[in-house]
Amino acid sequence: MSEDSIYIARNSAIAARALAGEMMVMNSADSTFFTLNEVATTIFQAADGKTPLSEIVRDHICEEFDVDPQQAQADARQFVNELSAHGILLVSSQPLASETI
Amino acid sequence: MSLMSEVGQKAFNLGIPLAVHMDVTYRCNERCVHCYLDHDDHGEMTTSEIKGVLDQLAEAGVFFLTFSGGEVFMRRDFFELVEYARRLMFNVKIKTNAVMIHEEEAQRIRKLGVDSIQISVYSHRPEVHDAITKLPHSLERTVRAIRFLRAQGLRVTIANVLMTSNSADHAGVQQLAADLGVQYTLDPTITPMMDGNTSVLSLRIPGEELPEIFHNPALVTNQEEFCAPPKPPSDEDLEGYSCSAGHSFCYISPYGDVFPCVQFPLPTGNVRQQKFLDIWNFSPQMKEVRSIQAKDLNVCSSCSHVGSCSRCPGLAYMEGSMRGPSTADCEKSFYRTGVPTANMLRQGLSKPRTTVPLIQIRPVAIAVSV
Repeated sequence: MSEDSIYIARNSAIAARALAGEMMVMNSADSTFFTLNEVATTIFQAADGKTPLSEIVRDHICEEFDVDPQQAQADARQFVNELSAHGILLVSSQPLASETI
Repeated sequence: MSLMSEVGQKAFNLGIPLAVHMDVTYRCNERCVHCYLDHDDHGEMTTSEIKGVLDQLAEAGVFFLTFSGGEVFMRRDFFELVEYARRLMFNVKIKTNAVMIHEEEAQRIRKLGVDSIQISVYSHRPEVHDAITKLPHSLERTVRAIRFLRAQGLRVTIANVLMTSNSADHAGVQQLAADLGVQYTLDPTITPMMDGNTSVLSLRIPGEELPEIFHNPALVTNQEEFCAPPKPPSDEDLEGYSCSAGHSFCYISPYGDVFPCVQFPLPTGNVRQQKFLDIWNFSPQMKEVRSIQAKDLNVCSSCSHVGSCSRCPGLAYMEGSMRGPSTADCEKSFYRTGVPTANMLRQGLSKPRTTVPLIQIRPVAIAVSV
């Protein structure tokens, strides 16, 4: 999958809430619990299933956090892979219908 | 410190209501002999009122939401409320007797992404369990429901409240939990009824039987540490607070009344009259609860157990002062360690006195201006 064709959406099984700028995320399927830092929180909040990951990184990460675009794309991809492995994010090469309950 | 503990401490320090327990009804299909609730409906919040409160709780930062009752499934809109809560991305836990849960309900609970379900089981023997719930075949129905929930891969905990009539059955219930593949938790606490009637306290298991529970390795895993004599209190202990009630946790009744905890009947406001965050942030009662450190406690500040006691400020409040001792916890500290508490010593008692006047949660009286 090229960066331009990666779409991410939040899994409907998760619970999430921001606590002082950091996002708490819990997957009820296995009770895994995470807190996301500010950058990861921004990606998580923008995971609408419709916007390509590359666009999320370009518009929200590079813009807001003043980071190197190439490094940001690589870091974002790694972050998405980790959360996908824990069932927090769904990843696809096609736009995803944002999972609703 | 685990990540979860760190988050809890952060919410505590920031005064964010991380967890809320909401009773959606006091109505119930069982009539448990020890229950403290009045099961008549005195004007429960409507579906839209509860949804409005859930919106406010999400905005306030609440993450852990427990729906309880009464029996939650007595509300026909219960799944609608759970669905709404899950759309708001709460971590939802349910407390129920499970009698009304069949395969279809279990599937729906799983699809809604509910975190876990806590279910009351009093005995592994139907004649004992059903005599407590006063609902024929209730144990059979509850156990069948647990199987449906487990078949969906859901996490279930059996909560075993102990009283005189089932005090010998905890091993049987624990085995039942193991056979069903679910967690087990035990609670010997019986509280008075909402109208102040203390007759149910006669169902409490005698304090003399508590050591058998506290010193039972099958029930207490870190027994040596749990039953060790208290260490001399440190400055940190004396600067500490009793629990999360009013700090990062609160309780909302079916009528919209807000309390620091389900076991702390200090009225702080009503979400039908005020915004939740106004109550949480500005209620004088909430502020008072938050201000009390161990060093401020009338008797407990000089007690050797102050650093390790499970002292409940709600039970202390019910005894007359939120800064006073909670006799039920004095009893636990004594029977856990064998070391007398300051509350016992000042009364010259060789064992704790358990019969104390208590009041329970009542609807908040709202002043109406015309």
